[in-house]
Amino acid sequence: MSSTAPATFSHKSFNSQLKKYYGIYTGGFIAFVIALAIGEQLGMSRQWIGYWFLFATIALYACIGIISRTVDPAEYYVAGRRVPAFFNGMATGADWMSAASFIGMAGTLYLSGYDGLSFVMGWTGGYVLVALFLAPYLRKFGQFTIPDFLGARYGGNIVRSIGIFAAILCSFTYVVAQIYGVGIITSRFTGLEFGIGVFVGLAGILVCSFLGGMRAVTWTQVAQYIILIIAYLTPVVWLGIKHTGFPIPQFAYGVTLQKIGDLEKKFTADPKEQEARGLAKAAAAEASTALKDPVKAAADRRAALEQRLAKSKADNAPDHVQKSIQQALTNTPTDPDKAKEYWTARRNLGANANPPRKHAEPFPGATEQARDTARLNFLGIVFCMMFGTAALPHILMRYYTTPSVRQARTSVFWSLFFIFLLYFTAPCLAVLAKFDVYSNLVGSRFAELPAWAAAWRLVDPALLTITDLNFDGIVQLAEIAIGGDIIVLATPEIAGLPYVVSGLVAAGGLAAALSTADGLLLTIANALSHDLYYKMIDPDAATARRVTVSKVLLLVVAVIAAWVTSYKPGNILFLVGAAFSLAASAFFPALVLGIFWKRANKWGAITGMVAGLGVCMYYMSVTYPFFRDILGVTRPIAEYQWFGMNAISAGVFGVPVGIATIIIVSLLTREPAREVQELVEHVRYPNLAGDIDTRGT
Amino acid sequence: MQLTQKHHEYWRKNLRITAVLLVVWFIVTFVEGWYARELNNFTFLGFPFGFYMSAQGSLIIYVVLIGIYAWYMNKLDRQYDVHEGEDA
Repeated sequence: MSSTAPATFSHKSFNSQLKKYYGIYTGGFIAFVIALAIGEQLGMSRQWIGYWFLFATIALYACIGIISRTVDPAEYYVAGRRVPAFFNGMATGADWMSAASFIGMAGTLYLSGYDGLSFVMGWTGGYVLVALFLAPYLRKFGQFTIPDFLGARYGGNIVRSIGIFAAILCSFTYVVAQIYGVGIITSRFTGLEFGIGVFVGLAGILVCSFLGGMRAVTWTQVAQYIILIIAYLTPVVWLGIKHTGFPIPQFAYGVTLQKIGDLEKKFTADPKEQEARGLAKAAAAEASTALKDPVKAAADRRAALEQRLAKSKADNAPDHVQKSIQQALTNTPTDPDKAKEYWTARRNLGANANPPRKHAEPFPGATEQARDTARLNFLGIVFCMMFGTAALPHILMRYYTTPSVRQARTSVFWSLFFIFLLYFTAPCLAVLAKFDVYSNLVGSRFAELPAWAAAWRLVDPALLTITDLNFDGIVQLAEIAIGGDIIVLATPEIAGLPYVVSGLVAAGGLAAALSTADGLLLTIANALSHDLYYKMIDPDAATARRVTVSKVLLLVVAVIAAWVTSYKPGNILFLVGAAFSLAASAFFPALVLGIFWKRANKWGAITGMVAGLGVCMYYMSVTYPFFRDILGVTRPIAEYQWFGMNAISAGVFGVPVGIATIIIVSLLTREPAREVQELVEHVRYPNLAGDIDTRGT
Repeated sequence: MQLTQKHHEYWRKNLRITAVLLVVWFIVTFVEGWYARELNNFTFLGFPFGFYMSAQGSLIIYVVLIGIYAWYMNKLDRQYDVHEGEDA
């Protein structure tokens, strides 16, 4: 009944057809990977394996885009509303999991142990809110965008405009982080330059969303999900068998976690480690000074090392110790750029001045007060990620595409199930990789490092730096500085898998970044073309013209986003977190109260959205260093902080302020009109006799 | 369009299941997170319990909660005759 497909269209046979096609596709992809693996054995070069993965997958996404090209608005905006629950779940999974999830998450968990789990919980638990509060109701409403709902529910262009502004603000912040990820992955695995990598990736995104809008994006995202989940799970299963002897390590890594606990105790007490920790602190301090004049400092260090080498030869020191000093000498660069990189990486050793943090311990801190603040911040991040999940337009939009309310509900289940597969693996991967580092890398000789460590320390010192601080020729934990991203990127090599699996992981990371970027760009372009142009500027525009405007805007937005990305803006995790806090503060209160409280009215929504967003933006601008610098805020951060909450969790204040404002202002102003109340009743029941019709086509 | 008694009952039941599931969600998220340190004194499947919940247990419960909601509401739709056509 709420299907917009032609009468002859059968959802059942469409569904089984899809299962067949994607089954064949999955088989084909596995065959492709096996073929490359055979190629590798026959001597295919690593660079070519990288190229094959990059170009074959992008060509595949482009083909799906070309096959799904369309100018019909219902197809372009909501994929014809016939995406079955199961497949919409996969598409949402790919839409959802970004480069940050795929590459960054396991690294964050490696570095921050329990405290990193706030993202794991937040990015899954948010779907409970999507299921209970939003998905079925938005599907019943059944138009094209989130500002559409706000506009219809609260009436007038002001609410819609605020919705457009907020949708663009949070989606744009997020898309910049994705394009950045695309550039990093393509440049790392193919040797292309960062800029060219961005361009190639962007071309893949555009062919897809430009030609076929939501329809092309949906079917591409399903394909991308399959690649990214295979890519993520394959090396973890291998590493799991190595360390736990069990092919589903997610259920067995408790034992590994205990072993890590024992090793942490050992390292904390070990005198060699204590010595190395002291030296790490000194080395970091030296590096901070050295960065003022990197080249001269490097020359000084070379001189000191040469002396040391001569002395060790005179003292007849053991062979591996001499080799280690020789190696340190070789690794100290003379050219200016390298020297700066070298000292920056050494400065990171400062993190090793303290004993290793206990992986499973929640909220560590020196004092009781510090621990309590850490706990509040943990829960703050959980809160913002959850409410942000239930407010990000590019995710909510996906639930407009199912054939019915019933399927929308089921679809949230599949979405979370498919996301869960990756998110419950990430903490496991972090633990397995940590155990490998603690047991195999620590204690090995510098002259005979495990192959993966020897290879990766040459790639980028920011990802892996190992320095013999006490010149005993043996690796101590305090001598290793690790960048989070290496965990996922190097897992295939840690597990001893052939290079083809590394290529697979790169393809997976690319799929994750591209699929999210697709969804976000589409959201921005639709907010501008559908909500701003069609609904507010030219309501008489012909349908073909609307779609064309949308396509042109998509190009413009993509180019602007790539241009901003080329400036390599700061901390990606913060960008992503900020997008969540902003979305939560702006959208969640107005959307949910709009469905569950008939009394909520236009003025309540306007003031509530502005107040929520305002509080959130204010808090970020006075507590996050980047904004503080721009705005010239000089008083210490602590003076502005409420309850010691970090900038990333600004939504903790934005959401309640938004809810309270909507309630108070709505009660002070007039009750909404009878038609609006009917609209609310309409969205609450999947099917009503004599129902009004709000569908977009 | 006039809503009948039956419609109101459907909506009340919807609100009730929403509230119940939300309470469970709140407990396994925020109460669990607040007491994570204390929960770590117990061991479960070889994991410290607090760690296990945040890394896996709560996630499984989220999936189950959404499953229950979808199953219950899809059934309720039929019971109260507000369901959609067959092939949708």
